[in-house]
Amino acid sequence: MTLDQSNKKVSLWQPNRPKSKLIELIIKIIFGSFAFVSIATTMGIVLTLIFNTVDFFKEVSFLHYLTDTKWTPLFSSANFGIFVLISATVLSSVIAIVVALPLGLLSAICLSEYATERTRKILKPILEILAGVPTVVYGYFALLFLTPLLRLPMPEWVQNIIPAWDQFIPGLQGFNSLSAGIVLGIMIMPLVASLSEDAIYAVPQSLRDGAYALGATKREVIISVVLPAALSGIVSSLILAISRAIGETMIVALAAGQNPRLGLNPFVPVMTMTAFIVQVSLGDTPAGSIAYKTIYAVGMTLFLITLVLNIFSFWFVRRFREKYD
Amino acid sequence: MVTHKTTEQASLTDTEKPVLRAKRVDVYYGNNLAVREVSLDIFQHKVIAFIGPSGCGKSTILRCFNRMNDLVPSAKVKGEITFKGKDIYAPKVDPVELRSQIGMVFQKPNPFPKSIYENIAFGARINGYKGDMDQLIEESLKKAALWDEVKDKLKQSGLALSGGQQQRLCIARAIAVAPEVILMDEPCSALDPISTLKIEELIQELKLQYTIIIVTHNMQQASRVSDYTAFYNAEATDDGDKIGYLVEYDDTETIFQSPQQQATQEYVSGRFG
Ligand SMILES: Nc1ncnc2c1ncn2[C@@H]1O[C@H](COP(=O)(O)OP(=O)(O)OP(=O)(O)O)[C@@H](O)[C@H]1O
Ligand SMILES: [Mg+2]
Repeated sequence: MTLDQSNKKVSLWQPNRPKSKLIELIIKIIFGSFAFVSIATTMGIVLTLIFNTVDFFKEVSFLHYLTDTKWTPLFSSANFGIFVLISATVLSSVIAIVVALPLGLLSAICLSEYATERTRKILKPILEILAGVPTVVYGYFALLFLTPLLRLPMPEWVQNIIPAWDQFIPGLQGFNSLSAGIVLGIMIMPLVASLSEDAIYAVPQSLRDGAYALGATKREVIISVVLPAALSGIVSSLILAISRAIGETMIVALAAGQNPRLGLNPFVPVMTMTAFIVQVSLGDTPAGSIAYKTIYAVGMTLFLITLVLNIFSFWFVRRFREKYD
Repeated sequence: MVTHKTTEQASLTDTEKPVLRAKRVDVYYGNNLAVREVSLDIFQHKVIAFIGPSGCGKSTILRCFNRMNDLVPSAKVKGEITFKGKDIYAPKVDPVELRSQIGMVFQKPNPFPKSIYENIAFGARINGYKGDMDQLIEESLKKAALWDEVKDKLKQSGLALSGGQQQRLCIARAIAVAPEVILMDEPCSALDPISTLKIEELIQELKLQYTIIIVTHNMQQASRVSDYTAFYNAEATDDGDKIGYLVEYDDTETIFQSPQQQATQEYVSGRFG
């Protein structure tokens, strides 16, 4: 009887330990190689950037790069003042943030604090779909809709009173960083809204209850308790959005123009770093020429700026995130 | 709603009038009746303990007194609750103002992610306190028996304190608004025995100035700190819902020594269910 039972046990339970160990090993190798491919790709990109940038600075002095006020790498008398391009990028990104921060933050507050759970469940995905609109569409929207709108001629009687006011925004040219920046702002707004909303929604209800129990109004609860508690998440969403704006290419290349120009005038055509890279990449610049190396230097600059932003964001979140258990 | 006229009838047991009075209060969550027909009077400068098994509606009733249930969209309160003779659910009553007079301390310490100083200053500021803030903060922390431990680190985050200190900070925060009643929902359930003892001592001090209602699962705590005890229980309906109700409300000694109801007797002696 006992023997019988143990026999039965043997036949029903036959773990194949060596085999499962082998499978574990194979899986580990497969996953590891996938991880390696993505890391290697990143490394490859960064190394290419670095090598070509080093090459570039063998021909152009670093000081010249940082201090020159002209950007004419394709001319025979070439100038490489990167701040010409940086100023355009900063200008359009600042305009974008000025648009996206209030819009995004207010919709985030509205969604998480004022909307009912049902409205929130419907609106939030819609907001996230907005983030999926191809940027070339936004670019044409800026160029062919927003700019013409802002350049609409003012009615006769207005011009009679103020002669200089000829169009809705006087002095706005066909390509300009204002339209590009505004549309860039609309593009990154869903990102700000969605990520800030996550941060605000994650603030524990017990904190709100604590404030209400002291006799706080809803506004006081939101401004003095909820927003400060969600600050690190809001700031990191903002920085992510700024990085997106800085790296965005289509909108600025289409709507802001191709004219390298130092300065912060939002009404005139400018050229951002990304727009320059597009211009050179699309042209027939021979590999190895100085113009060709220039795009790597610009790319490297772009990469460093976003890297610094992300490091700052990482530090800020670590420093200011509150842990609730 | 039951009647809305203010009841000025002679009080039942004590010579003074009750601060808070619930009359036939029903609370619904959605269409489910959670607690039914609770009537009780709460007298000034007394500590009232709410005891009873889990889910019988102690927190629910407690949250009616400062209208925290307004924040739960599905919650509905019927019946009448008066605070110093006035119906607190009357249309013209502002729940925000009510809550500054009836404070609350929660089960889990919930200090704001701000400095200790700001944790207390916040409530005072939103309630329009115009006096010396530093002094108010010192006083509140002293009353909450926390001053000595934190006086050198008022700028430090309230979240950096221990659980027991956080809970006393929450009590200080509630006191700073100068309420008349303080509602405490299991204030010691997340604390160690020593912190618990500190808070119990504190309650004895506080009752000289405030009226305190405390929910607790700890029988010893109820018998140690309270003057009156309300025992709640829940009964199952046919469709499986549980409805809470007030079984017995009397002075604590009676509840623990010679309760009228058998269920009370069984609960306080630990022979329940
Ligand atoms: N926000 C809510 N929505 C729906 N139902 C609720 C809500 N809060 C409480 N209830 C229900 O009301 C009943 C009473 O809950 P309550 O929290 O008041 O019990 P309690 O006596 O405080 O229990 P415990 O001792 O566990 O804290 C329970 O059946 C609970 O499921
Ligand atoms: Mg409870």
